[in-house]
Amino acid sequence: MPGPTTRSPMAAPPSFLWTRRVFLTLLTGFVLLPVFVMVSSSLKPLADVTGKFQWLPSSITVRPYLDIWKTVPLADYFVNSLIVAGAATGCSVVIAVFAAYAVSRYNFRGKRAFTVTVLSTQMFPGILFLLPLFLIYVNIGNATGIALFGSRIGLIITYLTFSLPFSIWMLIGYFDSVPRDLDEAAKVDGCGPVGALFRVIVPAALPGIVAVAVYAFMTAWGEVLFASVMTNDTTRTLAVGLQGYATQNDVYWNQVMAASLVVSIPVVAGFLLLQRYLVAGLTAGAVK
Amino acid sequence: MTTTAAPEAGRRAVRKDKSGPGAPAPRAPRFGRLRQIGLPYLLLLPALLLELLVHLVPMVIGIVVSFKELTQFYIRNWGSAPWAGLDNYSVSIDFNAPVGKALLASFVTTCLFTVLSVGLCWLLGVTAAIFLQENFRGRGLLRTIFLVPYALPVYAAVITWAFMFQRDNGLVNGVLSDLGITDGSSFWLIGDNAFVTLLVVSVWKGWPFAFLMLMAGLQNIPRDLYEAAALDGAGIWQQIRKITMPSLAPVNQVLVLVLFLWTFNDFNTPFVLFGKAAPESADLISLHIYQSSFQTWNFGTGSAMSVLLLLFLLVVTGVYLAFTSRGSRGRKA
Repeated sequence: MPGPTTRSPMAAPPSFLWTRRVFLTLLTGFVLLPVFVMVSSSLKPLADVTGKFQWLPSSITVRPYLDIWKTVPLADYFVNSLIVAGAATGCSVVIAVFAAYAVSRYNFRGKRAFTVTVLSTQMFPGILFLLPLFLIYVNIGNATGIALFGSRIGLIITYLTFSLPFSIWMLIGYFDSVPRDLDEAAKVDGCGPVGALFRVIVPAALPGIVAVAVYAFMTAWGEVLFASVMTNDTTRTLAVGLQGYATQNDVYWNQVMAASLVVSIPVVAGFLLLQRYLVAGLTAGAVK
Repeated sequence: MTTTAAPEAGRRAVRKDKSGPGAPAPRAPRFGRLRQIGLPYLLLLPALLLELLVHLVPMVIGIVVSFKELTQFYIRNWGSAPWAGLDNYSVSIDFNAPVGKALLASFVTTCLFTVLSVGLCWLLGVTAAIFLQENFRGRGLLRTIFLVPYALPVYAAVITWAFMFQRDNGLVNGVLSDLGITDGSSFWLIGDNAFVTLLVVSVWKGWPFAFLMLMAGLQNIPRDLYEAAALDGAGIWQQIRKITMPSLAPVNQVLVLVLFLWTFNDFNTPFVLFGKAAPESADLISLHIYQSSFQTWNFGTGSAMSVLLLLFLLVVTGVYLAFTSRGSRGRKA
């Protein structure tokens, strides 16, 4: 079944096939090695992870999966991460939809300046605005009493701006591919501009919106730098909390691995379910 | 394009001659028109405000702070910190003094690390993408497996690598001693080996993105090109060299730049791998600045270092874009 991605109608020579087989096997091994270590070590009793490394557990136990919740308040971290990543994703998607709609459907002064500015924020090193943002949040807190520093809201605002530029960029591509006749027709039928957006464009670009949501969630779920500075004991997220097992005198590596696996499940599951959309969205810009 | 241009032209006509009967009559007069002009700005407002709050204003403040003597005494009220002139900058780039020397060492390490990491990520990505270009059994499964490092949260993946690189109970030393290569007592997370460790983890984490982008680039190469080449007797290796690689140039331009910026600015990987203080051999610049700011609470110098970093990235990006764009124009001509 030669699709458009198939290269050559000519049969590949054995040298090519063998090189491919060897390379892909080695690469698969490299990619899956940490995953294997994670799964296997998470099922080991503690004695197995303190001595010399063994590939398989001497006896399989699910104890680590029960203990992880007691050694550190993992459930609290989990809830914090869910709230922060969920809220950041929701806000980011809505804001990106509005912005992308404006750029895709209207001509206005400053349009190019807007897209260039927003995209170029992607290249700033996080460390450059970590210090000032820390100052801003502390000072806003002192002036108004709204605690941004150390609170979930501060983290939500920060994270949603991280995914925003790329989300807007991806959505512009998706919205541009929705025929203009569709929303013009909706406007003729009496929809306002915002009505046309939600009744016509958003449903038509739903795969793109799903992609943006997955991307925003992954970004917020995985961020470490700002989480390590801007959270306190009650708002700590998984990104920082997970290091709790590793900084104590005894490192319970079997628990660390179990916890790593557990916290990966939401994003990996989401990614694998929706990878088709995300891959299309992530690469749309590069291809155009 | 035409659909948005038309109301624009109509609006202009209306403005010129308000009572003109020929002008298309908008449903709501005047106020509606005003709303229509303002609408795109209104739609952009939330995004703009947030980008201002989190990126642009902090950047400006960062530049201001880099000229101030901002230590822990002034955190609560940074405006009152005394001006320091160019002191923070001269401290940062005085390569004979400890602070400047450490910054330079970190910068050199970061450059070397970035070149190696980006190169290897690209190489793995392009090879895997080309090998998966043709359909075969298990191709879809492999593609999914290859994206796993991209999907896993950084900290979960990197902490697993940290476990694998432990001296006494890690996989790496275990395997090396089983194979008789070393006696299995090497340190991987401190000392000079830490550079290798960081590189391995960074490539493992970064190459799937290159793979993703390059795979998309490959899908845009028209099939006829390969068919024509095959008719002319070009073998598969020749097709890859003569058709595939040149066709990937536009994707490469963006991809290499993005990989460069991400790798150069990477904080998460060394931070999770080594903790707050990285060994000297793997002291990437972001972590270095973080440490010299939050450990010593000297934000002025930290900001000056950040500004220098940004300037460097701007120059590199500018030169890179100018260079690669000229190259691609030359190719087209």
